[in-house]
Amino acid sequence: MVAVLKPEHIVRTTCPYCGVGCQMDLHIKEHMVYRVSAPYEAPTNHGNLCVKGRFGHEFLWHPDRLKTPLIRRNGWLEEATWDEALDTITAKFAAIKAESGPDAFAFFASAKCTNEENYVMQTLARQVIGTHNIDHCARL
Amino acid sequence: MQAFGSGAMTNSIGDITQSKAILAIGTNTTEQHPVLSLQIKKAVRKFGAQLIVADPRRIELTDFAILHLQHKAGTDLALLNGLAYVILQENLYDAGFVAARTENFELWRATVEEYPPERVSAITGVPIDDLVRAARIYGSNHPASIFYAMGITQHTVGHQNVLAVANLAMLTGNMGVPGGGVNPLRGQNNVQGACDMGGLPNVYPGYQSVADDAIREKFTAYHGTGQPPAKAGLTITEMMTAAHDGRVRAMYIMGENPAMSDPNSLHIHECLEKLEFLVVQDIFPNETTEFADVVLPAAAFAEKEGTFTNTERRVQLIRRAFDPPGSTRPDWQILSELARRLGAKGFDYESPSQIMDEIAEVTPIYGGIHHTRLEGDGLQWPCPTPEHPGTPILHVGKFSRGLGHFSPVHHQEAVEMPDTEYPYMLTTGRILQHWHTGTMTRRVSGLNFIAPEERVEINPSDAEKLGIADGDWIRVVSRRGSVTARARVFDRPRPGLVFMTFHFAEALSNVLTNNVVDPVSKIPEYKVCAVKVEKAEGA
Repeated sequence: MVAVLKPEHIVRTTCPYCGVGCQMDLHIKEHMVYRVSAPYEAPTNHGNLCVKGRFGHEFLWHPDRLKTPLIRRNGWLEEATWDEALDTITAKFAAIKAESGPDAFAFFASAKCTNEENYVMQTLARQVIGTHNIDHCARL
Repeated sequence: MQAFGSGAMTNSIGDITQSKAILAIGTNTTEQHPVLSLQIKKAVRKFGAQLIVADPRRIELTDFAILHLQHKAGTDLALLNGLAYVILQENLYDAGFVAARTENFELWRATVEEYPPERVSAITGVPIDDLVRAARIYGSNHPASIFYAMGITQHTVGHQNVLAVANLAMLTGNMGVPGGGVNPLRGQNNVQGACDMGGLPNVYPGYQSVADDAIREKFTAYHGTGQPPAKAGLTITEMMTAAHDGRVRAMYIMGENPAMSDPNSLHIHECLEKLEFLVVQDIFPNETTEFADVVLPAAAFAEKEGTFTNTERRVQLIRRAFDPPGSTRPDWQILSELARRLGAKGFDYESPSQIMDEIAEVTPIYGGIHHTRLEGDGLQWPCPTPEHPGTPILHVGKFSRGLGHFSPVHHQEAVEMPDTEYPYMLTTGRILQHWHTGTMTRRVSGLNFIAPEERVEINPSDAEKLGIADGDWIRVVSRRGSVTARARVFDRPRPGLVFMTFHFAEALSNVLTNNVVDPVSKIPEYKVCAVKVEKAEGA
């Protein structure tokens, strides 16, 4: 007898790789994706996926994932709390802005992040720091 | 975009199969946009579309093409002008469309006169007969569409290449019709969205100019503390130079890996080294976190909610399937928390859906986009109001800027051409199994099993001259650096051309590439630099 896995649940989402935006269903069991299928009715991909969309999600559980903030101390990146990390950034940003003004900052938005995240980042750069020095890898 | 007034795929994936002819130039579609390429294959196999592929490499798509124009890398402008020349000469153009919907035609036409097939053939290496045949296929089948990608834009003449593509589509009346259009294929999953959201130094979300006082005031009213200037900020390449000479002291990098993805990597490393303070926010440690002072761990796509906008301007949902691991947080939460700590108002978002509601208020092209409307097929912008159904095809009846503008553009050589010391041309790109700098895919065992290492593609005739056999270790050297990897000898690149990816940190082609940029788009010339190739003894 072969045990047949039944999904605990299925989550419809958008593939994180290229710009086609294939719709895919993640079949989840025991906190893992054990199968990926694609809806036939999706206008972007009509049930198709490429090798990355179908099989390329194992990185989510890779042991290399960053799991905690890091701060460089004496040349080494060491584990820190969110409070320590954000306080460090806040203090440094305030000091550099006071000394050199907003254009001493540069921000990289991301073609991998969501619209909402890119919106918040450009708002942070433009309306909080006060610089238009924001760009991302559209050109690369 | 200066020809039509907006820069995105004008048509939809769904109408590719209505094309009677398709010109694919500078796009390795089957490897870079594999699922979209299925629609191109279907248009050819099932509906009889005539496909022309213009590419210096014999890519897989050429198997479906009626004609392959294997032009020399960096000669796209001459090729595109040459096609326009033949279409004009043989009266295959749409005079009615040109008269009613465009401007500057006569002036442009005079410049195209300089590109007769004999001259174009000499520049590009494409036989005269093939050139004429391609022009006839594209010019006499209606509707006809053009697809392009980084093969067109990653040159110092990248923005002129894009204009030349637009000229051709206007000339033949292929704008604003199903199965036609100018269709740039965007590389990253949300590069379209990052542009739409103002992740660019010259525009606010929705391509609203930073030079416009009313626009600046509108955004300041929402979150008030900063007062950004009326002048555009720095592009990535300029930020790096500014970091090098100390004008930029602090940098915040979210979800990108410039230490590996940017051209002339060794120079980029120096720039990052000189920064006084670098924050990197990512899901993995990478080549760039090595230079960071603070690293913030972010949630991945399956651990958060939000939207991506695809290459056809379709805004689609991502949904949370798992809790973020460890103490990781979604990027929007991290940025909002930081903004609050810096004393800013209006960053109390409880969900991405709430952020999208704010985006809709300040961004006319996203004016009707709310998460509740995105269940199902999503929405294609422009979508200005809550009742608007979205826009599958742009420029129907009228261009965004009014009249379509013919822009004269001229062939010029790549900045670094092969010479006696560096006799080969290097072009870079990606392969099917890996993604960009490999941060994600090189951590997927199945993909690594299929494609474990860099293989430098070299034409058999060149390999024979150099005494290189398939699988030999070779050294590729440019004026900026040297990389050792194994050779893949086969006839995919044209003679004189070698091809490398930028997926593999241990054999990184961007050590070799040239960081000269297009003066308008600021896109680096990844697609052409001069190299020498030699057998690596005992490697």
